[in-house]
Amino acid sequence: MEALLTEAFLSSLLTGAIVAAIPMLLAGLGEQMSEKAGVLNIGIEGMMLMGAYLGFFVAFQFDSIWLGFLGGIVGGMLVAVLMAVLCVRLGLNQIVIGIGLTLGVEGLTALLHHFQFSRTYPRLPAPVRADLPLLSDIPVIGPSIFSRHPIVYIALLSVVVLAYLYRRTNLGMTLRAAGESPAALDVAGGNVEGVRVFSVLFTGAMAGLGGAYLANVGAGLFIPFMTGGAGFIGIVLAMLARGRPLWVLIGALIFGAALSLTTALQVAGSNIPTDVIQMLPFAAVMLVLMVFGRKARLPAALGISYERGAR
Amino acid sequence: MSMADDIETSETASVQVAVMRRRPALRVAMLTLGPILAAFVLSAVILMLVGVDPLKYYSYILQRGLFSGLGLEQTATRMAPLLFLCASLIIAFRAGIWNLGTDGQFLLGAVIAAATAPLLVGVLPGWLVLLVGFVLAALVGALWSILPALLRAYHGVNEIITTLMMSFLGVLFASVLVKLVFLDPATTVPQTRTLPVADRLPRLFDTSISSGLIWGLIAVIAVHLMMTRTAFGLRLRMVGANPHAAAHAGLSVPLLTMAVFALSAGFAGLAGASEILGVAGNVRADWNPAYGLMVIPLVFLARFHGIAAIILVFFYSAMLIGSESAARRLGVPQDFTLVLVASLLICLGLGEYIDHRMRQKEQ
Repeated sequence: MEALLTEAFLSSLLTGAIVAAIPMLLAGLGEQMSEKAGVLNIGIEGMMLMGAYLGFFVAFQFDSIWLGFLGGIVGGMLVAVLMAVLCVRLGLNQIVIGIGLTLGVEGLTALLHHFQFSRTYPRLPAPVRADLPLLSDIPVIGPSIFSRHPIVYIALLSVVVLAYLYRRTNLGMTLRAAGESPAALDVAGGNVEGVRVFSVLFTGAMAGLGGAYLANVGAGLFIPFMTGGAGFIGIVLAMLARGRPLWVLIGALIFGAALSLTTALQVAGSNIPTDVIQMLPFAAVMLVLMVFGRKARLPAALGISYERGAR
Repeated sequence: MSMADDIETSETASVQVAVMRRRPALRVAMLTLGPILAAFVLSAVILMLVGVDPLKYYSYILQRGLFSGLGLEQTATRMAPLLFLCASLIIAFRAGIWNLGTDGQFLLGAVIAAATAPLLVGVLPGWLVLLVGFVLAALVGALWSILPALLRAYHGVNEIITTLMMSFLGVLFASVLVKLVFLDPATTVPQTRTLPVADRLPRLFDTSISSGLIWGLIAVIAVHLMMTRTAFGLRLRMVGANPHAAAHAGLSVPLLTMAVFALSAGFAGLAGASEILGVAGNVRADWNPAYGLMVIPLVFLARFHGIAAIILVFFYSAMLIGSESAARRLGVPQDFTLVLVASLLICLGLGEYIDHRMRQKEQ
């Protein structure tokens, strides 16, 4: 047990938790806005993967990790535009189209990867880190929390911004109305379609950024199917958070810790097969759903496309 | 609205049936063939973008999957697991349950069949070995859906997420089982014991087609008849159309929900067993053909109709066989079929939308 409590172990655990949590946090925050507005965005896995591909592609081509993040946002939003047109504008089934988009992006990125990178497997240089002055000198938590890539702080900041947006602004109220009672919003003069399109595009941007983080900061390269269900975990986080961004953060950190615990155990010399390690986050999701699933609250009009005058 | 919503309420469904009867045959044909054609054109554009001649690719697929004797036999053999999966999804979707976890159920069914059948050879008569393999696979598949089923039936937890999570878990767990528990001690590569060719499902006549095809066809037709012609099927469809109304009509919605999960996941398990007991003979570690999600568009394109699903599975199977050899010969990765399936799904959705608008104008 003593080996488990060394500074190196704790530091790698905390670092791993945060690194693993950021993509899920971004995806969960994005999905949360879609769900608030009444769109169950199953395509988020595809948006994330497209963000990872385009994020890496741009970062590699232009040799700039920041342009890469921008590319990731654009990639996620490209898929989101399709989702918005097909599911919000045309009112097609959100689950079928969501699965379709995810499958399509999986195939497309694997195809592009095959023709572009599969021979060379290029890597990005190690990302820069922003040391927050003084704070990064604290032992254990200093290097793990306060010496990370700036995107981490942006993700954490967006939790606060979104919480404010949902609670204190008209846009937040409109979003909620679009998910709970679109007909009432329509009667009140709100634009249901506009709000939902906005929320889907926002989801795409966040998921794309999360994907780009996964590729550019997490791995340093693009691998086909590399998101491996992180987007789906984002959906679970959004479902369990009952509309609160802070809970998405807490959930993401718990799953991140579950992921990094096993990595840290390996560092500490434990011998667990990788398949078992990869099972942990999904098992954790099921466990959480079993305990708290009853309390997951979803907007009344979630997954139902709105058509004026339809019964 | 579209697709699944077609069966949402029995009232609109009957209206739609009346409208459909009046729809000219030409338009029905266009609504079916149009999206398929559009999907192939869209995918051709993507192929051109990565520098592959789409005509060459498509004609190669047709040649390999449909117009060569061996290819056609492979196509027919590959249909078996896909048909069982169609049966699984037709039950679930008609009953309004989104079982998106068929991949995990499929693999675990395959693993249990591969783990038990080779050990039973010689102990039991051949047909009984196969029967035990199939029954165990169905049970294990159903067992893997019990958590999502309970959560949905008694706690109202959305099954889309739970089945997906169990699917990820199942795929990894299957791999763990192969590597740690059911490992064949006689080989160095991690895989289960192999069922001898002579003990697998018999082949049809003088061909290499596995008789799993026949069982798959029977499964789809039986499920189709059960859902459309029996009182039990009507109950399931009522639960799918409107659970509140079904509860008011005196049906036990939670129990029926459990039954849907068990049947759907059971068929997914059978799909896995049919691939192992009919063709592969063993499960290698990390083997995952991931047919589950890809069959979904076919089932939707068939509008949950058994016969239509069989026809589509035939063409899809030909495409899979063709693209597998195209991957080797033309250097186009097999993942490209995912692009095709996705474009098919999206074009199909657009077709439904156009149809819907045209009907609205007529009324």
